[in-house]
Amino acid sequence: MRDTLTSLRYRYWPDHLLGEILSKRWTETAIPVILLLIVGFALSRSIDHFLSPSSLADTARQAGEIGFIGLGMALVVIVGGIDLSVGSIFALTDFCALYLLDVLNWPVPAVVVATLACGALLGAVNGVLIGYLRLRAFITTLITLIIYRSAFDLLIQRYSNSIAAAFPDIPSWNFIGGGDVFGIPSVALVYVAIAIFGHIFMTRLRPGWHITAIGGSRRSAYNSGIPVRRTIALCYVASGVLTSIAALFFAARLGTVGGDIGVGLEVIVLTATVLGGITLGGGKGSVAKSLVGVLIVLLITNGLTTLNARGGINRMALAGILLVAAMVDIRWQKNRTRIISKVYVAPTYHALPPPPATEIGQGGPFEQNDKLRDVELIGLGRIEAPEDVILDRNNNLYAGSRHGDIMRFFAPDYQRMEVFAHIGGQPLGMAFDRQDNLYVCIGGMGLYRIKPDGTVEKATDETNRSMHSVNDDSRLRLADDLDITDDGLIFFSEATVRYEMDEWPIDGLEARGNGRIICYDTKTGATHTALRGLKFPNGICVASDGQSILFAETFGCSIKRLWFAGPKKGQVEVVMDNLPGYPDNINLASDGNYWLALVGMRSPSLDLAWKMPGFRRRMAKRVPVDEWLFPNINTGCVVKFNEQGKILESFWDLRGENHPMITSMREHRGYLYLGGIMNNRIGRYKLENADPNFVQYDKRWGKLS
Amino acid sequence: MKRLRFNQQEIVFAVFAVLFLAFSIFLRGFLTPENMLTLLQNVAVLGILGLAMAIVVIGRGIDISLIAALAVPPGLVLQMVQNGHSLPASLLTAVLLTIAFGLVNGWLIAYAEVPSLFATLATGLLLAGLGQAALFQLDVVQWSDGMKGFERLGQGTILGIPTSIVMFAIACVVVAFLLRQTRWGAYIYAIGDNPYAARVTGIPSRPIIVLQYVVAALIGCFAGLVMAASVNSMPTRVFNSTLIYDVILVVVLGGIGLSGGRGGVLNVIIGTLLIGTMLNGMTIMDISYAGQNLVKGVVLLLAVITDSFLNPRNEETAQQGDI
Repeated sequence: MRDTLTSLRYRYWPDHLLGEILSKRWTETAIPVILLLIVGFALSRSIDHFLSPSSLADTARQAGEIGFIGLGMALVVIVGGIDLSVGSIFALTDFCALYLLDVLNWPVPAVVVATLACGALLGAVNGVLIGYLRLRAFITTLITLIIYRSAFDLLIQRYSNSIAAAFPDIPSWNFIGGGDVFGIPSVALVYVAIAIFGHIFMTRLRPGWHITAIGGSRRSAYNSGIPVRRTIALCYVASGVLTSIAALFFAARLGTVGGDIGVGLEVIVLTATVLGGITLGGGKGSVAKSLVGVLIVLLITNGLTTLNARGGINRMALAGILLVAAMVDIRWQKNRTRIISKVYVAPTYHALPPPPATEIGQGGPFEQNDKLRDVELIGLGRIEAPEDVILDRNNNLYAGSRHGDIMRFFAPDYQRMEVFAHIGGQPLGMAFDRQDNLYVCIGGMGLYRIKPDGTVEKATDETNRSMHSVNDDSRLRLADDLDITDDGLIFFSEATVRYEMDEWPIDGLEARGNGRIICYDTKTGATHTALRGLKFPNGICVASDGQSILFAETFGCSIKRLWFAGPKKGQVEVVMDNLPGYPDNINLASDGNYWLALVGMRSPSLDLAWKMPGFRRRMAKRVPVDEWLFPNINTGCVVKFNEQGKILESFWDLRGENHPMITSMREHRGYLYLGGIMNNRIGRYKLENADPNFVQYDKRWGKLS
Repeated sequence: MKRLRFNQQEIVFAVFAVLFLAFSIFLRGFLTPENMLTLLQNVAVLGILGLAMAIVVIGRGIDISLIAALAVPPGLVLQMVQNGHSLPASLLTAVLLTIAFGLVNGWLIAYAEVPSLFATLATGLLLAGLGQAALFQLDVVQWSDGMKGFERLGQGTILGIPTSIVMFAIACVVVAFLLRQTRWGAYIYAIGDNPYAARVTGIPSRPIIVLQYVVAALIGCFAGLVMAASVNSMPTRVFNSTLIYDVILVVVLGGIGLSGGRGGVLNVIIGTLLIGTMLNGMTIMDISYAGQNLVKGVVLLLAVITDSFLNPRNEETAQQGDI
């Protein structure tokens, strides 16, 4: 009864979502957004008509103007700088627009273009100094702040009267200043357009990534060939242009040049930027953060002005909110990953019946023996982590290594070794196709194809994203093993969508169906997910009927069959369950049966823990990782089973010296080759009564050897 | 072989020397004892503030709230005396307020880990707002009879030298002693040079950072008292001015890098002299305030550019987050 309740609770309550939502990057903005909502709510309660359309339109107008400058500031802060001169650029470009319009009587489009050019020029001065001459951003923009401001002061001494005297009445100019479309102010429309572009630019386009990369680590960006100087310079130019856009709208709205225009603007914008969560020092930030920051600052200042607060109280409130928000935000940013690591592991209920006996004297097919005691060792100490082994038609032996290489051992004695291909990620399962191309599942990268001459090509690294997942599961995190059907479909397993290659054992702690089987069509190049919700799907082997695949669910301790063609297409059937260990790769045997590796044996303690999700969750939260209860992967065995799911034979290394740990095995010309993901060797075992001419993929593809 | 390479300090000193020479030759009335004293007197407050900023910048921080510390606690002294409190009690209150303010700054930066630029920006606003809203009746706090005698802090002469210069000199000596002769000073340099290494070595980084901001606020308050004494009032609107930028310029031009761990009192003196000479010369030439700022900015820019050519930074060694 209690078990049923637990199982129901863990089947239907999505524990894993909390961790996944928190690890989304947009939750970094959570604190500023919450602050914005609180401020907005408080002000709408204390001020009448705060949320009325006219008041909102007014706020939007100001928000748009400050918002443009905020975008520019965000850009330079993300690239690792700061622009203190925005206030002065704002004043100068404002003057420029009004001077051209009122004194020189230029047409409006020309004024707009000239003003933007003026902003770009002023920004370019900063850009050249900081980007190319590599001056310090803070001191440089501080100096240009003073220079631009005094230039502005000198200019308005001469021209303020003639500007103030003119009252231009040009419809397009008035539209810029006060027009709206369906009640939405013109400035807000332009802002939204630029903000959307900015978002796409920063998140989807190469230059945007360059900017973030430079801010994140200027040195690494430089070393990886990003044009650091030019990119930085252009960021300041963009900041100048964005500021001049703001100045244009401001000029059209108010039409005056007062001496104090833009004084202290840099402080407001900087405040907004930092408050929005864009870290000073660079590398982090987004358009949304900039907008949120601007809105918070604007709402607070406007709200307090409307409330008729004295100047001092206004300042204190702004400063107080800023400080509290900054403190909370910094704590949040600092501890976010720690919180995520505490809540990310979300175990579920997983009940298995008692396992079949393996002890000596108990009988049964799993009875331990010492057959693997004297396996021949290949490449001892020269290879690391050969998860899978495979042999080609010329009897050469291939194995993956932890360093991201495919190693080749040459027949007949397998003493000579070379790097066959370098891929960069850890190779897991392997299979040959008809043309002797080697398909390899690479943990963390996807499915790759290695031609016989050693050239590496990517086959696929993504599949369709599922509708309801929070984690982006379109990328392949842990492609594990594969086999190729006669029609050229490659079925491969992705062990888990929640963990990376280096933390795969944690998935066993969760025991949730996080894995899936994916199908890649070599003819069309299309990839789709064939089956999901599997408990660490691992080995895959095309069955003898040519219409189904056998696959192992490691933490489900079962072998299942999936029909991909024929009358039962799409159906799944259990071949074997309640195995005494965790099944790994499956491969063809010369007598038409199948080899299966058990990577480790079940233990009563983990079996019990799998029925106690709460216990495992507390363990993940309170105990350091190296003391967690993990599935045993130190000792396993190789078994042979037939199509009906009957175990025929098992092979053990009781002494535990030569080959206790096995993740894959491959039969080839009367020998069984053994690989293990924790091993520094490949095992070779002489099979009795085996076909001395058996070559797995020659048999599959009907070739003569 | 010694390479012919100048650091920023020497360049700025050279610029100062050239300017000084040029003014002395071409500008009538520049190289007179009276004008020299005026020059120094005008920049004394700036120099004292520069010392406060220097301590913080050497420890790899920045203190934007110095002007608030300059304006509010001394303003409070004047206001309290005006309201009938005794001068010592008022001074004590102001000092306590300053220390509390410095503690808040330091706590925010050292313990709450708010970036110093942002933290001091906000606390400065907070203190200025507090003064405006709760402490002062007028923007300019006037001198009152109870302050009698206190104006000697900023006016008159000691041994023929204007008092404000003497005050600057005293401040220089005190700060130089703190930085060069005490263990705390060495810690400040260590933290500024490499905060992580300093922490690993066992230096109490956080208390030392708090100390920096407390000392800076106290020096700022001292500068405010000198300033109030010399003009017989406390114009609290000084908070709205761009004085803080001048202070930063003094420090950075003098050769105290914003990345911390470098420089000392000498750099502040050089920076102050350069700014002072330029302003004084231009005042004699009767250039408008805006024009003076323009010239000041351009000269500063040239100095910084020259420095970047003589001592180029490269991407390999530039520190991350070093803006």
